[in-house]
Amino acid sequence: MKTLVLVEHDNASVKDATLSTVTAAAKLGEVHLLVAGSGCAAVADEAAKIAGVGKVHLADDAAYEHQLAENVAPLVASLMESHDAFLAPATTTGKNIAPRVAAQLDVMQISDIIGIEGDKTFTRPIYAGNAIATVESSDTKLVITVRGTAFDKAAAEGGSGTVEAVSGPGDAGTSSFVGSEIAKSERPELTSAKVIVSGGRALKDADTFKEYIFPLADKLGAGVGASRAAVDAGYVPNDFQVGQTGKIVAPEVYIAIGISGAIQHLAGMKDSKTIIAINKDEDAPIFQVADIGLVADLFKAVPELTEKL
Amino acid sequence: MKILVPVKRVIDYNVKPRVKADGTGVDLANVKMSMNPFDEIAVEEALRIKEAGKAEEVVAVSVGPAKAQETLRTALAMGADRAILVQTDDEVEPLAVAKILKAIVEAETPGLVILGKQAIDDDSNQTGQMLAALLGRPQGTFANTVEVDGDSVIVKREIDGGLETVKLTMPAIVTTDLRLNEPRYASLPNIMKAKSKPLDTKTPADYGVDTAPRLKTLKVAEPPVRQAGVKVADVDELVAKIKALGIA
Repeated sequence: MKTLVLVEHDNASVKDATLSTVTAAAKLGEVHLLVAGSGCAAVADEAAKIAGVGKVHLADDAAYEHQLAENVAPLVASLMESHDAFLAPATTTGKNIAPRVAAQLDVMQISDIIGIEGDKTFTRPIYAGNAIATVESSDTKLVITVRGTAFDKAAAEGGSGTVEAVSGPGDAGTSSFVGSEIAKSERPELTSAKVIVSGGRALKDADTFKEYIFPLADKLGAGVGASRAAVDAGYVPNDFQVGQTGKIVAPEVYIAIGISGAIQHLAGMKDSKTIIAINKDEDAPIFQVADIGLVADLFKAVPELTEKL
Repeated sequence: MKILVPVKRVIDYNVKPRVKADGTGVDLANVKMSMNPFDEIAVEEALRIKEAGKAEEVVAVSVGPAKAQETLRTALAMGADRAILVQTDDEVEPLAVAKILKAIVEAETPGLVILGKQAIDDDSNQTGQMLAALLGRPQGTFANTVEVDGDSVIVKREIDGGLETVKLTMPAIVTTDLRLNEPRYASLPNIMKAKSKPLDTKTPADYGVDTAPRLKTLKVAEPPVRQAGVKVADVDELVAKIKALGIA
């Protein structure tokens, strides 16, 4: 089977989410990549070095600079004439583009897969991760988004792919990019962090969130996450949100502070290797999944913990 | 301008789903059902655009069993003007829903279609994008802010690194993220009034759409169960445990 993987990038470098998607694609067959962007030749060169990659299709055109789905999906659809499966990371970019490709090819997309059982058989979580469905596709071409935390990352070095320029239909003319507000952070990116310190509603406000969560995260070199309650209350920007509607993470260690553990939050973190919970309510549902729990007032326990580590 | 809002009847978000013992699916018998939370946000946004004088009519549509009427009545009670139920007892996949919606869009010619970004049961996050593709129209997915500006719509989108703003030529498709708005509650008088608002019932065949599933569900299983671990007595014990994990 010939697969085509969408490379997630910012026109400068390959994003990590691509690597786990390559691992999933390699289980299906030959791996080709698509780098669609503007002034992104360096990305294609970097992508060609990913272990196990064959051809890298480079579509370098102003129309693809911001990866608008209206422009990228027709390009992917045209490349699918010579590929059997299209895989994209289940990031906001992948989720935006892939279903559009699927509809253009008249196939049903398989979203957010966590396992590959056969050429056309996949597992994926449904109902906020409360059930795992095994589904078999009857379509001739496959369109798939891949949950990054469910597959190991392919090695970023060691491959010897060849870069080939391709062109697509270009600008569909129905949408344009206006601007973006990207949150800057020195901390590790949430979806690839080994350790995550996450805060909930109990943190009270933005200042206390900063005062209690950030020093502990810095001490551990950890990414910072938050529950929906903390985001809705304005403690942190929404790209911190972990859960069914936010990011899905599976770090080595997830430290949940002042988070009760609602179904929607657990959906985003319950595959973490070790879960540590600090909460003053000993009946909080988070303790049912936590490997290590401490029933304590976070305003006392967290500074003490930060100091003693 | 008209706004079309597709809504889905799903298990209530507070209910913990139980997988059936025979592995055929999730047990929905006698389980509380509600409007998909993202769709409530879509209805609310459509109503706000109408209240701002930028739309004349809000039409709610649902594809599902006869009971999805209740979901449409909820949308009508919130303030939608009329509703269309495409009735079927089969499970309809996003691709088929998108095809039905395409036919409805072609008949109703709305300036905007506002959908939820995903249904909390199948967690697919596909229908809006598929509809946009089938219609060849632009999409503003995961909307955090929606602003109608003449014949275009400016959508601020929630993306992994933060926010992104796009400008779409209408007609356009928008899918809602949770932070777009706070949906209103339907008041009792409005619930009463909703009973007399028009609700048309159709079938997928009326739109010439084949709803046969492309994906066959072989099995639905419980996820691996996580066992509760240990509780530590104080911070010192926690520090020792964290050090033992090798991260500090």
